[in-house]
Amino acid sequence: MAERSFAKEVEHLRLGEGEEFKGEAILAITKGLLQSGVSYVGGYQGSPISHLMDVLSDAQEILGELGVNFQSSANEATAAAMLSASVMYPLRGAVAWKSTVGTNVASDALANLASGGVTGGAMVIIGEDYGEGSSIMQERTHAFAMKSQMWLLDPRPDHTRIVDLIEKGFELSEASNTPVMLEVRVRTCHMHGSFIAKDNVRPEFTLDDALNNPRRDLDRIVLPPAAYEHEQEKIHKRLPAAIEFIKANKLNEFLGPEAGRTGIILQGGMYNNVIRALQYLGLSDAYGNTQVPLYVMNVTYPVIASELEDFARDKDAVLMVEEGQPEYLEQALSTVLRRAGIDARIHGKDVLPMGGDYSVDALLGGFEAFFEQEDPHALGNRPPRPDARPILAQPEVENLRSVVPPRPPGLCTGCPERPIFAAMKMVNQDLGEHHVSADIGCHLFSILPPFNLGATTMGFGLGAASASAFSKPGGKRSIAVMGDGGFWHNGLTSGVGNAVYNKHDGVFVIVDNFYSSATGGQDILSSRADNKTRKTGNPIGKAVRGIGATWVREVDRTYDVGQMKKVLTEALTTKEEGPKIIIASSECMLNKQRRVRPIEAKAIKGGQRVVKQRFGVDEDVCTGDHACIRLSGCPSLSVKYLDDPLRDDPVAAIDNSCVGCGNCGEVSEAAVLCPSFYRADIINNPTWWDRFKHRASMALIGILQARRDRRRAWVEFA
Amino acid sequence: MRDETVKLRLEAAGEATERPISIAIVAMGGQGGGVLTGWIVQLAENAGWAAQSTSVPGVAQRTGATIYYVEMMQPRDGRRPVLAQMPTPGDVDVVLASEFVEAGRSILRGIVTPDRTTLIASSHRTFAISEKSAPGEGIADNGAIDEAVGVTAEHSIIFDMNALAVANGSVISSAMFGALAASDRLPFGREAYHDVIKAGGKGVAASIQAFDAAFDRARSGPAQPVPEDPAGPVIAPSALAPGAQPQDDGHRLPEARPRGRGALDVAALFHRIDTWLPAQAQPLARAGLAKVVDFQDPAYGSEYLDEVEAINAVDLAAGGTSHGFELTAQAAKYIANAMAYDDVVRVADLKTRSARHGRIGEEIGLRGGQLFATTEYMHPRLEEVAGLLPARLADWLGRHPRLSGWLDRRISKGRRVRTYSPGWFIALYVMGGMRWLRRSSLRHRQETAHRRDWLALATELAPENYELGVEVIKCQRLIKGYSDTHARGQSKFARVTAEIRQIAMRDDAAQWARRLRETGIKDGEGGDLDGLIRTIRSFD
Repeated sequence: MAERSFAKEVEHLRLGEGEEFKGEAILAITKGLLQSGVSYVGGYQGSPISHLMDVLSDAQEILGELGVNFQSSANEATAAAMLSASVMYPLRGAVAWKSTVGTNVASDALANLASGGVTGGAMVIIGEDYGEGSSIMQERTHAFAMKSQMWLLDPRPDHTRIVDLIEKGFELSEASNTPVMLEVRVRTCHMHGSFIAKDNVRPEFTLDDALNNPRRDLDRIVLPPAAYEHEQEKIHKRLPAAIEFIKANKLNEFLGPEAGRTGIILQGGMYNNVIRALQYLGLSDAYGNTQVPLYVMNVTYPVIASELEDFARDKDAVLMVEEGQPEYLEQALSTVLRRAGIDARIHGKDVLPMGGDYSVDALLGGFEAFFEQEDPHALGNRPPRPDARPILAQPEVENLRSVVPPRPPGLCTGCPERPIFAAMKMVNQDLGEHHVSADIGCHLFSILPPFNLGATTMGFGLGAASASAFSKPGGKRSIAVMGDGGFWHNGLTSGVGNAVYNKHDGVFVIVDNFYSSATGGQDILSSRADNKTRKTGNPIGKAVRGIGATWVREVDRTYDVGQMKKVLTEALTTKEEGPKIIIASSECMLNKQRRVRPIEAKAIKGGQRVVKQRFGVDEDVCTGDHACIRLSGCPSLSVKYLDDPLRDDPVAAIDNSCVGCGNCGEVSEAAVLCPSFYRADIINNPTWWDRFKHRASMALIGILQARRDRRRAWVEFA
Repeated sequence: MRDETVKLRLEAAGEATERPISIAIVAMGGQGGGVLTGWIVQLAENAGWAAQSTSVPGVAQRTGATIYYVEMMQPRDGRRPVLAQMPTPGDVDVVLASEFVEAGRSILRGIVTPDRTTLIASSHRTFAISEKSAPGEGIADNGAIDEAVGVTAEHSIIFDMNALAVANGSVISSAMFGALAASDRLPFGREAYHDVIKAGGKGVAASIQAFDAAFDRARSGPAQPVPEDPAGPVIAPSALAPGAQPQDDGHRLPEARPRGRGALDVAALFHRIDTWLPAQAQPLARAGLAKVVDFQDPAYGSEYLDEVEAINAVDLAAGGTSHGFELTAQAAKYIANAMAYDDVVRVADLKTRSARHGRIGEEIGLRGGQLFATTEYMHPRLEEVAGLLPARLADWLGRHPRLSGWLDRRISKGRRVRTYSPGWFIALYVMGGMRWLRRSSLRHRQETAHRRDWLALATELAPENYELGVEVIKCQRLIKGYSDTHARGQSKFARVTAEIRQIAMRDDAAQWARRLRETGIKDGEGGDLDGLIRTIRSFD
């Protein structure tokens, strides 16, 4: 079960013609797909697209009613390959993933799909994870669209426009026999807004129709000579058809006055921030009534040469607003205008930043420079623009820079991965540092304080593969970490199979927390929960043994730090050849709490005996060294000051968010830290036996304590 | 601003050129920033406004710093406004910070500016990992944030919204929503806010209660004025508000009341402090005396005062009057810490004290009808046990490595001690009662030797360089913790004091000594003691 439930929100997907939809853009996109009559959807989770997968998963009943087949794909390549259903049949289908990482994985299938072309509309929803808040390398999906010739839609951040472009996108795909990509940026995915809905459409041609009347056409398969023909088709048929459709349906928009000395060309996704920046310059109002001609490219590939020419023809200069690099659109614009002999000067990355978010602030600086150079009168009497620079230069604010500590993300309270890395850190203290290959997932937080473990990360599921150069026996063994998500995404073959086959002597730690946790707790093959629509419960241990691994150790309670340490030490020192595989399994605490808490609360309310645990620190035993924190980093383990003039340093303290996972105690025991930690077992609704035992023990203890208090001297201050 | 004759092409047509109201919510992942954002959007939509929220999801949601952004504006002539997707520095009306350092971070982002921003921030702290994991003291200075708020925010509402929310059985988002309502920056009445919460359907009563409490608190200040003069130092350790640093301004000394066996002897010792020690050293000496008596017995307290008085004599001779008797005061503090060392007897004693069960019950928020028991995570090694043996027996054992190896394998393992079960309690109780063994033990001999050498160094250096003497006294802070941590502390202490001896003749020796000590505390965790020592030696 995913971290966030959309069970309530998916009811909005049933809205019909004329009703107003309000909600997150991700949900609007799903609604757009249903309004377009898709037959199948798939994809792989990852921010900012995780919620789309969660919405689809929670909407399975509605999807079922409409005859839509929804798959949680094994990875993005699987999802892309799924689109092949639209090659021979008039079936509309859509898949979604985080990009560019997902597009990297998918590109083999995408290239094949784009070469042969499609009959039914095929769409990829691209969650463009670029700029602030991104968790991946900063690249553009634009390059993929160009290299495989897939159309790239970049709608204005407005629910109505997005939904409209989904519907039009399918038509475009069919009109030009080309798969399309619909790009939505991080903030747009999570944007709250509204649009007027239409009825959902049941596909006329169904998957059953296709299965019962299979078709094949050798010309659609990527094999010479058809492959050469595909390229010619792309150039001479599909591209012109697409251009024709885009123009006829006015997918790109000309806004503002028709005439003007200058104009701005922008990616659709930049629109809202562009309007705000113009507003600050007094060139637009808040409702988008702009005084500067705008050409909004809701389709950023292909570039419609004739539209660019029309826009630039009578202007002195145009500015291209294109986020990210390289500046493909600016280059294309340059070619188009040069060929057409149009003299308008081209600005873009000369006044705007080459890389990074095109925030309003960044755009504002670029616009000022552009108008200063090309049309200073447009700036008029220059209303004061927002400017935080003077205040940021104040000494009080400057001083703050060294005071405000960074707050990097980290493992959650009670995370079962924490003890794995605590054990690894301790083993490194005993056996020396080792090369550690990290992977993508929550466990990647091991590279940050307090663990500081992990040298590289090469992509999802590639933790084991990225240690493969070190397969040579002799030196210290390498350690590779991989999560269960990455394992099923591709790590089983690319990592474990590869290590078995090449007799890699290294250590491979597979972190099994029962979910794809980093992306929001979706189920995967080895999840232990019952899932009505998927087959879960396929153990990782069986898979690695099946692929030929022989040294396999399964730790089924990662919180047993001593055991974790022992197994890691054994793996690093055993004489046995081949990969040493450690499967460390404990349930993701975030998911576990969500699962267990309501059950416990109900049991307690119903009068049942329930024991809950949490940890604490004896503040007079703690000496304030904080070694325990350097082996933990748990959010619930913090520090506090004591009102004791003899103590200099704050002591460790555990707050009420503790879930009693046991890591603190286990670590302090295994690392021989200190005896400050205690675990409290809180008995709710104790039985008469509990109460009797408690009373009897406390009576004895009370006598002993009173005896000692009589025999010692102490001081009270008042 | 330049003088412009050219007129703006766009007519400033009243409302049309107005900007939307912009609200940024800066929070930590998992703090409920999303709920608050949803409420604010709902509030605007209920009033017929257009509202748009955006957020940056992904890894930041896992406890990292994150930001949510809301814009709202009235539609005009059926046209919806075009709303921006991220805050623009210098143009944010309200910043809601759910933690105090996050308020500081928002200032650094430039979204708090004196011409328009109302900053609504909770003053509580959730420490960042770098603050927590620093050995010793690493907490960010709240004062610097206060100062920056003072120059950046047009208006600010700051109080502990987390504590207020918890006290009302709710979470921080309710309290922040209440503070937002009280700020009057949005043109919506209090009832409109209530309606939004009520429509949420979950924990409504508690949310409304926290909302109202925060509303009133924001409007009228704290319900009970904070006492101007906090009570003086007390031994019973109790937590302060996070970030607040205890102060030892000893101008109003609390009365010491010795209790139990030997109370009269202890009272005499307090009298000795009053009679013989300078006023500046008295508060720490009183606390120190209480600590060592608590650790051992009144006789040990007398020994403590002997040591402090000896240092005081040195202090007087070295002209301590003009230094406010800093040497004696610091000695009173650190000698007490050195004498009350952490051994198994002390740990067992603390774990079996009568007040402990009740204190834990309070800490874990025990409710009526619940019972609890505790388990201690202990890992004694032979060193700790041998430390308690009579010194000569321990020496003998040390000369027999095979026997001690055999014993260590029997003793050194993790033990889960069920404190309040009769068997384990008696075991701990007996161990906690072994104070009579202490003075003849190996550990005591080691600690006494350490103390003698340390104080001898301070005594030697103070007459020549008063500040350096004080710095040497403060080096005791390097020793803390148990087992390996303790051994590392001793090694740091040895390296730092050896180096201090080397540089004692320099004029700036005290400054270097301070740097050596501070680096030593952080050695291996961001501090490089050996590197600093090499640097110092390279000067010659």
